[in-house]
Order: sequence, then structure tokens, then C-alpha cells
Amino acid sequence: MIRKSLTVLVIDENHIRASIIEAGLREAGHEQVTVVHDVAGIARRIAEIEPDVIVIDLENPNRDMLENMFQLSRVVKRPIAMFVDRSDQASIEAAVEAGVSAYVVDGLRQERVKPILDMAISRFNAFSRMARELEEARSELEDRKVIDRAKGILMRSRGLSEDAAYTLLRKTAMNQNRKISEIAQSLVTAAGLLDPGES
Amino acid sequence: MAAEHQINAGFIPLFDSAVLVAAREIGFAAREGVDLTLSRETSWANIRDRIAIGHFDLAHMLGPMPIACNLGLTPLASDTIVPFSLGLGGNCVTVSNTLWAGMAAHGALPDLNPARAGKALGALIRERANAGRDPLRFAVVHPHSGHNYELRYWLAACGIDPSREIEIVIVPPPFMADALAAGRIDGYCAGEPWNSASVVAGTGHIATVKATIWKTSPEKVVGVRKAWAEKHPEALSALLRALHHAARWCQDPANRGELAALMAQPSFLGLSPALQMPILTGHLALGGGAELTVEDFFLAFGKAANFPWKSHALWFYTQMVRWGQVKHSAAHMALGRDTYRPDLYRAALKPLGVALPGANSKVEGALASATPVGSAGASLVLGPDGFFDGQIFDPDEVDAYIAGQKLARAEA
Repeated sequence: MIRKSLTVLVIDENHIRASIIEAGLREAGHEQVTVVHDVAGIARRIAEIEPDVIVIDLENPNRDMLENMFQLSRVVKRPIAMFVDRSDQASIEAAVEAGVSAYVVDGLRQERVKPILDMAISRFNAFSRMARELEEARSELEDRKVIDRAKGILMRSRGLSEDAAYTLLRKTAMNQNRKISEIAQSLVTAAGLLDPGES
Repeated sequence: MAAEHQINAGFIPLFDSAVLVAAREIGFAAREGVDLTLSRETSWANIRDRIAIGHFDLAHMLGPMPIACNLGLTPLASDTIVPFSLGLGGNCVTVSNTLWAGMAAHGALPDLNPARAGKALGALIRERANAGRDPLRFAVVHPHSGHNYELRYWLAACGIDPSREIEIVIVPPPFMADALAAGRIDGYCAGEPWNSASVVAGTGHIATVKATIWKTSPEKVVGVRKAWAEKHPEALSALLRALHHAARWCQDPANRGELAALMAQPSFLGLSPALQMPILTGHLALGGGAELTVEDFFLAFGKAANFPWKSHALWFYTQMVRWGQVKHSAAHMALGRDTYRPDLYRAALKPLGVALPGANSKVEGALASATPVGSAGASLVLGPDGFFDGQIFDPDEVDAYIAGQKLARAEA
């Protein structure tokens, strides 16, 4: 018997993450995937789409509204349950830690849905990793900028070479058990206070 | 010195998380040897999930929510107990300018009188129904919330069937003002500062308040994972003492400025300190230039505000039955009642020698004015605690109370 492929609705305000999930679902052979970024009018959309599985990010403040809608199920023709509720503890934890939750039409067999949740979890984690790396790269760039400015201040005010200025910053940071960027930031701030024209 | 106890707690950005916030930020938790970590969440569902899987040991919760968990009314329900209440009152019913104009035409006045406002609303609803117009749409923050129950109680007591004559939807509190301004809802019941937010924006009128529908009535609580509480009784006791001191600090008028500034920080509410003042002073701008000071609008500490009364738990339970969320049975009633744990509150606070109520339950609506009550140790004042329609809730007569509730719906 050929099973009808599951209809999946992804609710995520983050467009990039939503498209990563969508791509993952399509790669896994799920062709009936709908992505919604804005929950305005969601009841009508759910009634139109009649999803078997709903995947939602945990940052979404509208989860309470959605759960209430599922329970009342006036607009939703088939009762919808929270998937992780019937799942094993490890899946529940993995989902919450990744920041994703899933709801399924009542009666849908767990083994048909679990791969979808697992895929969503791994894509959510991949997205978080990517966002973290991006944030690290951004703050590294900012650190470098402030260190350059601090070096410039030391070179001008103390007549040091660039290398000597950097060595002094590093030594001070080591002595005070702080990061070089923090020492540099303090120096830039102090210089700005002493001479507003300086920094 | 390293803290003796590590506690992880979740909260939702609402003013009544203030006692938890002050316990951490003003240092009351640290003084009791508790390293309290607070995590801001975006939905009550997240709070429930993170409690269930152990990310949080306890959390800021809607008063009825732990009862709903124990009755298995929500997904991922885990056994949750309530050893501490985070305050009394603090909610308002806010309506759009258009709806207020309609109510005013039927006799509503800017006096927050629930009976008068309800009568006007009822007349307007029937007028709209006769004209074939769509029912009004009200929003509350959660189906298992004081907001849902007090809105329905108020309407039903004024002869309006909240299940049939209006529509009630769920909207997260920070979105209420926008939804009202955009016309997606006609009114809402929410905690502060989300009512004053609409008034300040010029898009809403406060029609009535929780503190007049039911004086000194329960709102948010500290919900604790039962398994954690049983394993860490000393940590819980230490935290309850810290919360007691924090609540006293929050209620002190001398600290209003500091508390407003603290709650205004981006990591807590992220709103201007001025918007925190109505809940702290009880002095409300109602819209259209009207202002009123409401007695006991929000109590963080006074009148045994932190005591987890079993009668409060039972009243919430009767409303769950009334609106079809759960079927009434002796077993369900016991689960609801035993969710609130005054014994844990007493045990933790006893060493402090502070005023403690003599009983675990009280007849709600029995006190017409502030009344000194006999209690262990220092003196304690309770009430007035009346319902606006004069009804009395006797926690020993739950069956009769449930049987007498008007407009009740059978379990869905």
C-alpha cells in the first residue's frame, strides 16, 4: 500500500531557519510543505492546509494561542495533539533544547512523524550553530577594531611601535586576568574621557 | 562564598514577576544562600515544557496552570505544586475606543464599576445581536488563567453568556495593545502594564479591573516541579524566605522608583519606568482623561498576598468545571485543592516569626472590610475580599457552589 505523503506546516518567524527546515523536509521526500512566518489568520490557513504535522519554533509567543486552538478544534477539523507528549523523554529534551516543538493529528503513528521531528531538531541545531558562529565572527571583528584603536592611542601618546603597543596591551590583560579586547576598550573609553578629540 | 543552592526559574515578562526578579537582583536570594538563575520565556507553554523536562525547577505561573497540569489538561503535564503566591490583583479589562463609546451610550461610566460596565456591555451586545452584527471578540492570555475566569465570571454575573454571546481568543500579553489598536479584538483581560499601554497609546479604555470584580483575588504563583521540591526541601525553604523578603521590599512605597527602574530593564519588561507606576500605585489612567485610584489594585505582599490559599485553588477548580475544561469529581477536586501547599509556606516562614494565617482555606467573599485576623505570631489583616455580585465561595461547599453556577457549560 502506498502511503499518502504527510502534509507538514512549518510556523517560524525566522525566514532563514524556516527555509532551512523546508529544504530538509523536501530532501527527505516530503513534498507537501507549507511555511508560515506570521500567525495572523493562522486558523484559516490550518483549515485550508489540513496539516498532519505542525512544526513550530519555541521562541514564538503564539504557542499558547495555537495550543488553545488545537484543543478547541472548532476550526481544526481533526484533533491535534502535541507530538512530544507521546514521545520518549530523550526526544522531548532534544526538541526543547533545540527550540522546536511539533504537533500532530491525533492517531498518526509515531514512527511516521519521528523522522520529521528528528530532522527539525537537527536543522534547528545547525541553524543555532551557524548563528553562533556568525555572532562570534562579528564580535571578533569588533574586538580587532577596538584593539587597533587602543594600539593607535598608545603609539601616539607613549611613542611606542605597533608591536610594543600590542605587547603592552597583552601584558596588562594577562596581569589583570582579562581579555585584551576588554583592556583595549577601557583604554579607548578612558582616552575619550580625557580628551574628547582623541578617540 | 559559593551559594548553597542552585535554582533555575523561568518567568514571563509581566509585572507580577517582580518578586522573583527582586529576589535575585536586590540580593534577597543570595542572602539565603540561593543562586537564583532567571530565564525569560515567551509563552506559558514554554514554561510548562521546561519545567517538565527539568530545565527549570520552578517558574512564574498563572494561578490555575499548575492545577491544569495536575489534572492532565495540558500536554507534557508534570506534577506541579504551589508553595507561594506572587501577589493579588493587577489585571484589567480594557476595551477599544469604539466599544467604550458603545458602552458609554448604554450607561457605562469611567468608574470601573463592574456591575454598571457589565450592564452597559450586555445592552450593547443585545443591540448588536438584533442588528445581526458579529459577536464581539475578547482576548485573554491563556485558557487556564485568572484572566479567563474573571472575565467570564464578570460577564456571566451581568447576564452575558461568555461562551455564546461573545468570542474569546488567546493573545500573548505583549500583543494585546496592538491587536486592540488594529481592531483584531474588541477588548481583553490582561495584567499590567499591558492595559496602561493601550491607554497611553490612546487606543483603549479600562472598563473594569480584577480588584473590583473580586477584591484581593489570586493571580500568579510560583509553580514548582513536585519531584524537585521533594528532593530539595531546604533549597525550596531558603527560596521561599528570599521571596518573602523580596515581596515585602516590592510592596514598600519607598522602593517604587527603584523597582520600576529594575523592571524597566530590557532583560525584564523592557518598557519605560513610567508605565510600571500604575500597578505600583493603583492610580490608573482609564482613557479619555479619566483617572482613578483603586484600593488594593495589586498587592505584592500585604493581606497575606503570598499565602497559597487552598480556597483559591478550589475556586479556580470550580471555574474549570464551570467552563467545561474538566469534569467535576471528588478525585479531581482533591487534585486541584492539593496543588496549593500552604504547609510548605508555613514550614519555610515559621523561623522568621512573621504573621501566618491560622487556616489553610477561607470563605471567599466573607470580609466586607479590612479585618485583623487571629494568626500565629504578629498581626495580620485580610480583606475586603468580596465578589462584586455578592456571591460567597465556601471551600467546604464546593458541590453546591458548582451546582449553582449560572451559564455553565458541560465538559467539551
